[in-house]
Amino acid sequence: MKIHEYQAKEIFRKYNVPVPNGHVAFTADEAVAVAKTLASNVYVVKAQIHAGGRGKGGGVKLAKSLEEVKTIADQILGMTLVTHQTGPEGKLVQRLLVEEGVDIKRELYVGIVLDRQLGKDVFMISTEGGMEIEKVAAETPEKIIKEWVEPGIGLQPFQARKMAYALGLEGNQVRSAVKFFIALYNAFTASDSTLTEINPLVVTGAGDVIALDAKMNFDDNALFRHKEIMELRDLSEEEPSEIEASKYNLNYIKLDGNVGCMVNGAGLAMGTMDIIKLHGGEPANFLDVGGVANAETVANGFRIIMNDPNVKAVLINIFGGIVRCDRVAQGVIDALKLVQVDAPLVVRLEGTNAKEAAELLENSGLDFLVATSLEDAAKKVTAAIKE
Amino acid sequence: MSILVDNHTRLIVQGITGGEGSFHTQQMVEYGTQVVAGVTPGKGGQKTEAGIPIFNTVADAKAGTNANTSVIFVPPPFAADAIMEAVDADLDLVICITEGIPVKDMVMVKTYMRGRKTRLIGPNCPGVISPGMAKIGIMPGFIHQAGNVGVISRSGTLTYEAVHQLTTRGIGQSTCIGIGGDPVNGTNFIDLLKLFKDDPDTDAVVLIGEIGGNAEEEAAAWAQANFKKPIVSFIAGQTAPPGRRMGHAGAIISGGKGTAADKIKALRDAGIIVSDSPATIGELIEKALKN
Repeated sequence: MKIHEYQAKEIFRKYNVPVPNGHVAFTADEAVAVAKTLASNVYVVKAQIHAGGRGKGGGVKLAKSLEEVKTIADQILGMTLVTHQTGPEGKLVQRLLVEEGVDIKRELYVGIVLDRQLGKDVFMISTEGGMEIEKVAAETPEKIIKEWVEPGIGLQPFQARKMAYALGLEGNQVRSAVKFFIALYNAFTASDSTLTEINPLVVTGAGDVIALDAKMNFDDNALFRHKEIMELRDLSEEEPSEIEASKYNLNYIKLDGNVGCMVNGAGLAMGTMDIIKLHGGEPANFLDVGGVANAETVANGFRIIMNDPNVKAVLINIFGGIVRCDRVAQGVIDALKLVQVDAPLVVRLEGTNAKEAAELLENSGLDFLVATSLEDAAKKVTAAIKE
Repeated sequence: MSILVDNHTRLIVQGITGGEGSFHTQQMVEYGTQVVAGVTPGKGGQKTEAGIPIFNTVADAKAGTNANTSVIFVPPPFAADAIMEAVDADLDLVICITEGIPVKDMVMVKTYMRGRKTRLIGPNCPGVISPGMAKIGIMPGFIHQAGNVGVISRSGTLTYEAVHQLTTRGIGQSTCIGIGGDPVNGTNFIDLLKLFKDDPDTDAVVLIGEIGGNAEEEAAAWAQANFKKPIVSFIAGQTAPPGRRMGHAGAIISGGKGTAADKIKALRDAGIIVSDSPATIGELIEKALKN
């Protein structure tokens, strides 16, 4: 799960990670009201969307007066912000973060992620703050320094010092950075974050180390023990069809192609998308219906797939193991009575009772193509979109 | 022959009285697996309908039945604890089926397991089957056939698809292992390739990977130097968009890393046969076995 910058900064405050003073605003008037509470002559107005690169896209601006805060807030609220992470369609800005200006001396980078290979959290730090970190990693990997955290023991002060000196900090800055890194790791681990990233992390003229930006992603599997984080979910940042699918416990991801697909199991669902592409089609979605492919699940799957106007044909690919194929076939037949599918439909059922399933489908009198193998299914569905 | 599980496997089911646990226990027993005990805290001393004794702890179950392996069907919030309990009881093998365990819990489990004798398969996996001998997990037994091809996979149903392609061509399997779709798991591709290397009855291996992480790249490098039997691989997610979790917690391209293209290149560079399509795995193994 993703959250906004201002929400991540609230979490930071809770764990004593220093951030600039500021608050969220939903209207230009609110933005001015927030600015009035800040002891500063310079304000920063920042668009809040779930994507990076906001500065370059014109979503982060400096204001030198309250009037200017209002003008800028009016400009940014309601704009469609396009960044390298939003895709060409961009994202509508509905929230702002208004903060005090900061006297920036240096811009650094810090991120914490899980190192899957070692099964440990890893700090990544760099002197190249404010840049796209993927670019730094690709072009000058020596400028990214890593420090691994021992599970159960946590980040030790010597490790935090090592990082501070590696960043070229000195004097008081080192003490601020050590406190900062230890507090940041507490925030990361206590909230089951999978990625916590600050770009830029800044050193102020006074030698303080503070988080000018804040990004936190969380482990969906751990949300059951973080009700307070679950409440931060902003549904307007998510694809409506994906929200709809999640209500039915369907794992759906919308894509740009024209062949809708419904599959049981995540690996087979990806494999089905791949074989559609190999045969000249483009998958319109990823959809894993899980272990129970009954009439209700299939009908909900159809509804979500058919809501996408790009879909020109649909492929159902179910490998029945514990679920019997004849039950799935009956589910498909019943679902077609509930939902109209105005596109060619190819059904491939393999596994337990596949023969009985094929007979049920053939005798149903309904209009669909029955495929005998994965290859055959891909051929039939891609032929259907070309007609 | 086989690896990991066989006729000598004496199985404990952790979470035997739950819905999933009781259903799949019945399926495993029907297949011929020796299920010797169940564990549900608070129900020790009772028996299942089929007469399998239930114990309060894994240690009691092991002491009472001489079990050597366990399978876990415990809900995600309690699954890490269940794994550690099985490790503490010094079982040889623990297979965790549970999907949805927080990754932080798995990091703690991995740390707990350091220096212990127990091997963990999973979590978030279909389990392990040595056809004709023992089925431990949730895979459909009847699609398998005993034979000489090993199968290792991060997926469930995609593995069934591959096994089905093998069996319909008359090619049997020595052992099929689902290593799970989570970012942190107990056993990786290389650990299992090592076991298949030493198994005289495994002549070829199917290796099914997917986007996310770099386990496939590491397996490719290791296999090139150490593994002489033919490997046929398929990588799922060639059409997956970056930054999105494709069902499995571990199936995500992040920061431009973990793409199918990178993995396929690493595998091919290591001399491993890569199937572009999920439908041609069986065909390619058949060819590899003839050469």
